[in-house]
Amino acid sequence: MLRIDCVRSVYPELESSLVVTIMGAVAAELQSLGHRPNFFYLQHAMGLASSTGLGLALCLPEQRVIVIDGDGSLLMNLGTLSTMARYRPKKLVHVVFDNESLLSVGGFPTATSTGTDLEGIARASGIPRVSTVRNLEEFKTAVSDAIRGDELTTIIAKVEAKGPAAYVTDLALLENRFQFRRHIQSLKK
Amino acid sequence: MPVSSNNSKLIYDALKECDIRLVSALPETWLVHLIRMADDDPEMILVRLAKEEEGVGVSAGAHFAGVKSAMLMQNHGFLASINGIVSFAHLYKIPLLMLISYRGTFGERDPWQTQGGNVTEPVLRALGIPHFFLDGIETVKKRIRQAQTLAESSLQPVALLLTRDLMWEE
Repeated sequence: MLRIDCVRSVYPELESSLVVTIMGAVAAELQSLGHRPNFFYLQHAMGLASSTGLGLALCLPEQRVIVIDGDGSLLMNLGTLSTMARYRPKKLVHVVFDNESLLSVGGFPTATSTGTDLEGIARASGIPRVSTVRNLEEFKTAVSDAIRGDELTTIIAKVEAKGPAAYVTDLALLENRFQFRRHIQSLKK
Repeated sequence: MPVSSNNSKLIYDALKECDIRLVSALPETWLVHLIRMADDDPEMILVRLAKEEEGVGVSAGAHFAGVKSAMLMQNHGFLASINGIVSFAHLYKIPLLMLISYRGTFGERDPWQTQGGNVTEPVLRALGIPHFFLDGIETVKKRIRQAQTLAESSLQPVALLLTRDLMWEE
């Protein structure tokens, strides 16, 4: 399963949500499908995309928030699972693409390649709904159910360690950041 | 416990006057009253963290949502947050109001706090983070308001160091 195929399969469903991604491959892939003002790409600060999603979800409880995380980033901030589980915002969906690799920096294998079980960690941290998906159909169903559901959900999606040819896009970081905030403020009017 | 309840209340009320609606925190002795006040306040969103760096992300999310926030942490928590501060708050121009209990300075009895006390101000300076002290009851309200104003206008992290003189009574 390729991450970009996963993202493409749910792309239309991202329209009405606030989407926060981690840096690197997935940010470039989502932009290649078409940037939208409701997408924010955290192009550094590994581990904090989920914390950002949590802050958004706690401040805007009626707003669907989707975090697109990765195994390398999540492993840098496992405590985020316990913090999210503690407050369990109902409309927060946490998707973790697990390619068992720090692909963007040369493909070093992460601990999920040697047996660390992110689904188990998420479940034991208290995330109410957790699943692991391994094919496109399962992925699409799990994400669609989570978006329509009313419970904090973490979905571990096992994908191949393949990414785009380039990571830098023509969207400036600050442009993205100001556009994202302005978009959220416009929703309140 | 000789942590000043009255002065904690002064600080908390000043945060409320600045329209702070979300506080992230990790417990530390000097912060216990402040955290309890946030917990007891139905108007405040209190986010108890596993590690202080998460608070940078939480505050960024709050900022995007249009909610003013503050981070309560010990100076060791500040030291543990540096990558988040640099590669999120500085990189993306996110306002952070950081209230940092300044442990390990004059009067510190806990040996384990002393090294952090030595490096807090040099690290703040190295990071270019504007910082000031909360050290007297007369200036608490004004300094918190000024710090918050600067964080919002400059879109960057600003630190207030909570001193022993203000936080500790004995």
